[in-house]
Amino acid sequence: MTNIAIETKGLKKAFKATSVLKGVDLEVRRGEIFALLGSNGAGKTTVVNILSTLLKPDSGTASVCGFDTQRQPERVREQISLTGQFAAVDGMLTGHENLMLMAELRSVSNPTQIANRLLNQFGLSDAGNKRADTYSGGMTRRLDIAMSLVGTPAVIFLDEPTTGLDPEGRLEVWKTIQKLAQGGTTILLTTQQLEEAEQLANRIAILHDGRIIASGTLNELKQLFPPAKLEYIEKQVTLEEIFLAIVGNKTAEVAR
Amino acid sequence: MNVLRDTVILFKRSMRHIQHSPDTIITVAIIPIMIMLLLVYVYGGAIKTSTGTDNYVNYMLPGILLMSIASGVAYTAYRIFLDMQKGIIARLHSMPVSRSAVLWGHVMTSLVSNAISLMIIFLVALVMGFRSSAELTAWLAAAGILMLFTLALTWLAVIPGLTAKSIEGASGFSYPLIFLPFISSAFVPTATMPALVRAFAENQPVTAIVNSLRALLGGQAVGSDIWTALAWCIGVTIFAYFFAMRAYKRV
Ligand SMILES: Nc1ncnc2c1ncn2[C@@H]1O[C@H](COP(=O)(O)OP(=O)(O)O)[C@@H](O)[C@H]1O
Ligand SMILES: [Mg+2]
Repeated sequence: MTNIAIETKGLKKAFKATSVLKGVDLEVRRGEIFALLGSNGAGKTTVVNILSTLLKPDSGTASVCGFDTQRQPERVREQISLTGQFAAVDGMLTGHENLMLMAELRSVSNPTQIANRLLNQFGLSDAGNKRADTYSGGMTRRLDIAMSLVGTPAVIFLDEPTTGLDPEGRLEVWKTIQKLAQGGTTILLTTQQLEEAEQLANRIAILHDGRIIASGTLNELKQLFPPAKLEYIEKQVTLEEIFLAIVGNKTAEVAR
Repeated sequence: MNVLRDTVILFKRSMRHIQHSPDTIITVAIIPIMIMLLLVYVYGGAIKTSTGTDNYVNYMLPGILLMSIASGVAYTAYRIFLDMQKGIIARLHSMPVSRSAVLWGHVMTSLVSNAISLMIIFLVALVMGFRSSAELTAWLAAAGILMLFTLALTWLAVIPGLTAKSIEGASGFSYPLIFLPFISSAFVPTATMPALVRAFAENQPVTAIVNSLRALLGGQAVGSDIWTALAWCIGVTIFAYFFAMRAYKRV
């Protein structure tokens, strides 16, 4: 078995005339938290949707746990779990019923036990028998993530898990994700915030203008950054500054 | 992957929606019941003379039942629309769940919840004086036609459910269907209508279906109407299923 959980090669995707992905190469190792960083509209959701078999790329390949997303979508679906950009919980059902639904669909052997354990783990025990449309944003997102854990998938996609949450809800979700990582699950998360990637991820890739313009650990990314500048702004480096620096470097190289 | 198993799980899920808010079934039944009360107790005297029937409740019940189904399937469009909007369909598609089960779960829910609404209307009609001398086989045939009609309109409802841009757009398709019984043989004989309207009334599906149901429940011979009725129901089902699947492929 290889150490690679997710791999894309030359992924291209256009919507009508707009070319969104122009050749995306990614490699995510088993058990790591990998952050795909990019500004709004960069194509993060498009990458996640291709990896979770919801969308077909125009060209290039994507595979999850060695299964090709286009040729073996059923096998891929058995490995993954998607927590989309907008929480996909059934508001008419209670938190417990939502989890039971996932458990039944994934044919886990002890659905009630799993549902109760997850409610507990995500601090939703008291709200378990309330309808999900009465939950706060943070609670909804936690239920959403809990639903993704039913059946212990090998790979989890979290598409902007904290966008739209207040600071408190954001911290709750961060804690949740950190705990997940300890369980050995591979996580690909997308975010617009460098801070979030920094808090959670082992490795980071920056998606910009349809390509991965940089990837590596946070320290490796910082190396790409002019040292003088780094001292000056210390840890307050924003995504914008990093990629502006990288894009700037590239233009400089070309000029030379 | 198991279509049947997944369909049952998803059927139970949307039936639980109805359990949590049973008003959806009541809402579906209430308008047809009001119209039934209006037609029988307000206009009944005048209509009775023109229909020449001694039991007007018997006469109009089939049309009322079809009206209830036409408004009931709007909920199927509504539920599918919400599932699309909330990303629940995307979530299911990223899971090892049969794709067609996602739709069939909603279709089954429609069949069952509409049947419950019909039963409520039927009980009210009994209180209002509906009587039938039909045999069991005729009853079963009538139930079968109602089910086929529900199936046809449900698949029709799937299309706006998958493609609509707004809630109003998703359920709006049902308004003309709800009014179809008024321009048919459902409440008054077509013979009194102006020529053009009459031509429409006599050739639209509701008339053939209503005539068949009326004959079956009245313990009379059904004649050729039943074949026309079946052809309409099956034809619309196939047509709607085809376009629903085409829309579903684009999701
Ligand atoms: N189904 C679609 N049809 C047309 N354009 C789309 C579609 N999905 C995404 N886009 C466009 O593709 C670009 C990337 O979108 P997305 O992957 O959602 O970016 P991100 O998740 O990084 O914000 C955006 O400009 C968006 O408008
Ligand atoms: Mg996105």
